[in-house]
Amino acid sequence: MTLFDYPFMINALRAGTIVAVMSGAMGWFMVLRRQTFAGHTLSLVGFPGAAGAILIGLSPAFGYFGFCIAAGVVIAMASPPVGSALYSEESAVIGSVQAFALACGFLFVNLYHGNLNGLTNLLFGSFLGITNGQVLSLLAVAAPSLVALGLIARPLLFASVDPEVATAAGVPVRLLAVVFLLLLGVAAAEASQITGSLLVFALLVLPPATAQVITGRPVLGMGLSVGLGVSVTWAGLVMAYYTPYPTGAFITTLSFGAYVAARGVRVLNERARSHTAGVAEGALT
Amino acid sequence: MTGTLAVLGWVPPVFGHPFMRNAFLAGTGIAACCGAVGYFVVLRAQVFTGDALSHVAFTGALAALAAGADLRLGLFGATVAVAVGMGMLGRSGRADDVVIGSVFAWMLGLGVLFLSIYTSNSSGANGTAGVSVLFGSILGLSAGAARAAALIGAMVFAGVILIARPLLFASLDEAVAAARGVPIRALGIGFLALVGLTAAETTQAVGALLLLGLLAAPAAAAHQLTTHPFRGLALATALAIGAMWVGLATSYAVPSVPPSFAIIATAVVMYAGASALHGAARRGFFAGGPNGESLAIPEGIHG
Amino acid sequence: MKPARLVPDATAPTPGDVIQARGASVRFGERTLWSEVDLDIGRGAFTAILGPNGAGKSTLLKVLLGLQPLAAGSVNVLGAPAGAARRRIGYVPQRGGFDRTLRIRGLDVVRLGLDGSRWGVPVSAARASRTREAVAEVVDLVGASHYASRPIGELSGGEQQRLVVAQALVRRPELLLLDEPLDSLDLANQAAVAALVQRICRERGVTVVMVAHDVNPILPFLDQVVYVAKGKAVVGAPNDVITTQTLSVLYDARVEVLRASDGRLVVVGTPEAPALHADRHAG
Repeated sequence: MTLFDYPFMINALRAGTIVAVMSGAMGWFMVLRRQTFAGHTLSLVGFPGAAGAILIGLSPAFGYFGFCIAAGVVIAMASPPVGSALYSEESAVIGSVQAFALACGFLFVNLYHGNLNGLTNLLFGSFLGITNGQVLSLLAVAAPSLVALGLIARPLLFASVDPEVATAAGVPVRLLAVVFLLLLGVAAAEASQITGSLLVFALLVLPPATAQVITGRPVLGMGLSVGLGVSVTWAGLVMAYYTPYPTGAFITTLSFGAYVAARGVRVLNERARSHTAGVAEGALT
Repeated sequence: MTGTLAVLGWVPPVFGHPFMRNAFLAGTGIAACCGAVGYFVVLRAQVFTGDALSHVAFTGALAALAAGADLRLGLFGATVAVAVGMGMLGRSGRADDVVIGSVFAWMLGLGVLFLSIYTSNSSGANGTAGVSVLFGSILGLSAGAARAAALIGAMVFAGVILIARPLLFASLDEAVAAARGVPIRALGIGFLALVGLTAAETTQAVGALLLLGLLAAPAAAAHQLTTHPFRGLALATALAIGAMWVGLATSYAVPSVPPSFAIIATAVVMYAGASALHGAARRGFFAGGPNGESLAIPEGIHG
Repeated sequence: MKPARLVPDATAPTPGDVIQARGASVRFGERTLWSEVDLDIGRGAFTAILGPNGAGKSTLLKVLLGLQPLAAGSVNVLGAPAGAARRRIGYVPQRGGFDRTLRIRGLDVVRLGLDGSRWGVPVSAARASRTREAVAEVVDLVGASHYASRPIGELSGGEQQRLVVAQALVRRPELLLLDEPLDSLDLANQAAVAALVQRICRERGVTVVMVAHDVNPILPFLDQVVYVAKGKAVVGAPNDVITTQTLSVLYDARVEVLRASDGRLVVVGTPEAPALHADRHAG
């Protein structure tokens, strides 16, 4: 009896794959746009959503999606312009929002007489008991989101890399920012269901960041990001199956390891290059 | 303590319970240092650092538990060590969001691993240790632990008061302060050590996941309400203590509400209220920042 | 005083078939930035927009792009109201330089100028190869071929500037608008980029309008100057506009235009600091 003979593992792998693809693609843009902190906050907000949904008898997925998407819209509307002097003010707001979201989630879990396990699953992920219905709902949300991302990909890239020229070329930069945060909310909600609200970084940030260390090319980078995400998810699920430890811990460690390795290789490459570059670099352009 | 309160002629029933007395004692000390340290954390835009330290607190505490030691060893050891380390590595925070976020996400993952090791090693009854570290256990403190927490809190608070003036100078006007002989680097590292201690302390009260709320919200509220530094410092401390007391009292009155939730919710409501007041006082976009300067520049003025 | 034209029509009257402005004025709230601006820019001309900080030079470019509405008057660009002919205009805005950690390659940044605003994903293989060729050609034109495949964040100021010029040119525009492109470059790069723009103007017949803080790097190439100051604009040939007499009238103050021994022009005595190149790098 291998792990593939168990339906719940098959479902876990299916769900993991869908989530990893979604996170790899969305996360690539999020890392490019330097919005990783926003992504983290979005997923934390999902925690009270999920806990609250359970409290009132709904499936946690409703809570995840509802709260994450709403938070995405709020952040998009309330964001001050990039690079404004409001930085320190803003992080106090984000810190408070994060703490409040987690506190509310804790309240809901307590009201539900939740045990530690339920809490751990919501925060750190679990792959047990993923139903066919859940897999379908993940797919049903991921598919149109990915299509939407594909539609806006080029203008979004333009707006992220070169907002001024993009505006001059007629790209609706601000609208795209809002739409993207909405999609990001969806991605965060999906990822939370596998890695838990606290460890979404593992799928939404680390594989894309690793890909961007390796290459700046959009299509290649996104493909790499998705590939990495799927690999660490599968590896993490298998490891979690054979040990009593939560999925999130493995996925985080694996994707972090890949990130460190990629950066290490690049640092070594740069050192080697600067040794041989020598004279050529000194010339004026 | 009941003896002291008897002077009022009436001891509120809440203080009839030893666990509540302990909670108030520890909570006051913790809130005091949290408010004071938090004031400078917000001023120096080091909230992100505080967030990072909260993850470290979680992992450190659970590492100690998994290794069979007193959790406070890992809690305080890890936070202070990492805080000082970050200080010595130079300007932290702004470097690269992705790098910092990644390291601390990995720490969280590690912490969860330790949690699983701990719960599978010991019997099921100790499963609550994880929750305590994550969300606080102020009502479960023994008298000895409460006294220790209050003492450390008071000491950290005294430490902040001691360095408040040079720290303020260094935070607002680093170049001039350095020229006047203020030891910027040592001060920065020392302050971060205090932040580490505060993070560890506050974990006992509201838990690692929520400590950022008590660190940032009352302080940010104080920044909204006044630009005068020492008034702000006092206000931040008072607000934090207030949030603690209101939270504890609420939790006592409504037992199904966990104290950490009540405390954080109060702190956040205070912040929201302060922001609303501030926004109403200064109508329009061009609101002043913590130092009174104008923050928004209308487009097009620079041709 | 209504100084629409303070100098008589210069040597060759330039027909306004690329840009034509009549009585244009821009207002921000209560404050009028500039008004009564008349402008005629002909095909293939190299025009500089000069003036002190805050005069509204960048705003004039934004008006030409249709990004800033007029409070009064009219502007026609390439035979249509401002903003309608955007696709035929290349724009190089003032940038702070790309973030050092940005990993997107120079080639891809140039390519964005070509298809960045198109929705959906590129599917046609034929189109993909045409795109590649167009990008390679324009990168070669600006002399950036040997570093365009590197991440743009790693490149120097001069290298980045060439690539953004390439980005503006990849669609083969008829009009090229540049906002202080030489601003953050050292002297050697200033000369190089200025010569590049001049080459594009002459060889490709592209009309160039460049906002500049210091006129000297481009002075030898200019056909026309638009000097914006104190809410007004003076238009004409460089030798007619950048003179003590003209600028004194414009500023309504004692202004002197001096010519250094190497031919460079220095404007002294304006109410703001003198427009000397060295000033820019002092802070």
